[in-house]
Amino acid sequence: MVAHAIFFYIFSIIAVISAIMVTVSKNTVHSVFFLILDFISISCLFIMIGAEFLGMIMLIVYVGAVAVLFLFVVMMLNVAQQKNKWFNSETTSSTHIPVGLIISTIIFFELIIVVGGWKYKPELSDQNTTQISNEISNTHSLGQILYTDYIHIFQISGMILLIAMIGAIVLTFRKREGVKTQSYLKQISRERSEGIEVLEVPSNKGVKIDD
Amino acid sequence: MEYINQVFEEVYKILFLLVPVLVSVAMIVWLDRRVWAFVQKRQGPNVVGPFGLLQSLADALKYIFKEIIIPASSNKVIFILAPIITMTLALIAWAVIPFGEGQVLANINVGILYIFAVSSLGVYGIIMGGWASNSKYPFLGSIRSAAQMVSYEVSIGIIIINVLLCVGSLNLSDIVLAQQNIWFIIPLFPMFVIFFISALAETNRPPFDLPEAEAELVAGYQTEYSGMMYAMFWLGEYANILLMCALGSILFLGGWLSPIDLYPFNMIPGVFWLILKILLLFVLFALVKAVVPRYRYDQLMRLGWKIFLPLSLTYVVLTASYLFYFNLLPTL
Repeated sequence: MVAHAIFFYIFSIIAVISAIMVTVSKNTVHSVFFLILDFISISCLFIMIGAEFLGMIMLIVYVGAVAVLFLFVVMMLNVAQQKNKWFNSETTSSTHIPVGLIISTIIFFELIIVVGGWKYKPELSDQNTTQISNEISNTHSLGQILYTDYIHIFQISGMILLIAMIGAIVLTFRKREGVKTQSYLKQISRERSEGIEVLEVPSNKGVKIDD
Repeated sequence: MEYINQVFEEVYKILFLLVPVLVSVAMIVWLDRRVWAFVQKRQGPNVVGPFGLLQSLADALKYIFKEIIIPASSNKVIFILAPIITMTLALIAWAVIPFGEGQVLANINVGILYIFAVSSLGVYGIIMGGWASNSKYPFLGSIRSAAQMVSYEVSIGIIIINVLLCVGSLNLSDIVLAQQNIWFIIPLFPMFVIFFISALAETNRPPFDLPEAEAELVAGYQTEYSGMMYAMFWLGEYANILLMCALGSILFLGGWLSPIDLYPFNMIPGVFWLILKILLLFVLFALVKAVVPRYRYDQLMRLGWKIFLPLSLTYVVLTASYLFYFNLLPTL
């Protein structure tokens, strides 16, 4: 168990330090890299408590897909210019920081409520009806619970994600004028007879080809 | 004392896996160049050693003695970190590949997810290299590469779901053992083709080598790298290709199982068959490189999102319905 404890402390220290570095580091791209490190160490912690499926899904979904998009967005922003407008200019400095403070206070109290409920009313968390046996792997047990007892909630959350995706596409999609696109069908189905025309060229007169 | 012994044993096992993998990566580079040359009626590297076998070794020596140039305006820590990450991720995925029944370094329950996660992390080596170089060609190359890898991972994931539906386990050894009656390449042949093409795109191989398209981007994300750091990108790339071949042979070609289940073939150890299957897939990879011209970028994206994704999703529905209707779904 000593080795287990050592690895737990290594991963959790990395997680905490990188979480702090996300907010502290001045370069936004570095922040995203620290965020990725944070995700990775947290998924290692998941694996250590025996939730290997969750840990791997965390790696695939958050690190493999979500954080890549984060990185894209951050790289595309012109950070040096935005920093000035965001914090240093006279007009907007007072409007953003209070909003951030309010949101972070709300999240902080929510966390306190969650942790407090777990600490002072432990019987609440024992009231789940499902029995998890230790003989099958946790991938199997997760599947058994998700697709039987909680199938409706699971399906509804899937539908909500799908609707959110369609909504995001609809919001950003706009038809632009004057964009030249290629039709693959047209390109493939082009025949020699359509592309080439044989003309008789009269001497000293020439022909007009672009009409 | 017991801990120390255990640690030594693990280190020994890891070395026993990694050294052959690294050596075979060097050999595979030679094989790739030879196949490529033979298709084009050239000789290829044939001077250093017998049949040019030691060519990769000579190249590696050259890279080691070359100067590592770090651009002045680059982000130095990330610049150095990028090839290290690429190389490490390409090697750690080998931990779960089974070479025979029970011959696996880490026999974990979620082996296939582990490989999928590690290969999806591989994007970061390329993005970091491209961004930290602070120059336009690497940046464009890395953005192309990231978009490409994220897109094709989706279809690879869905193809893996097809196989998992037939197996009922995420363990790689279980996936191989489920193919004792019939290799999955026969019922899932369309998925094997799509997997092969997606693997080409995932490892940035021709015809999908747009991240390093030399006509447009010099060498893509590797432009600013030199010496051993360039070699590490290069080795990582080939280790990834080899890993994709291994994954393909485990998912579709029956892993270590012998193709003919008769007496003399049963006696040959499984490692031999697995290596043979990996090599077969790799020669296919090399042939594709030699005969197919490079895709345009919009064609690449169209192929990934508009053709492979719907096709593989439809095949998931078909496989699931078939298994459900004929009551063939795997049980616990």
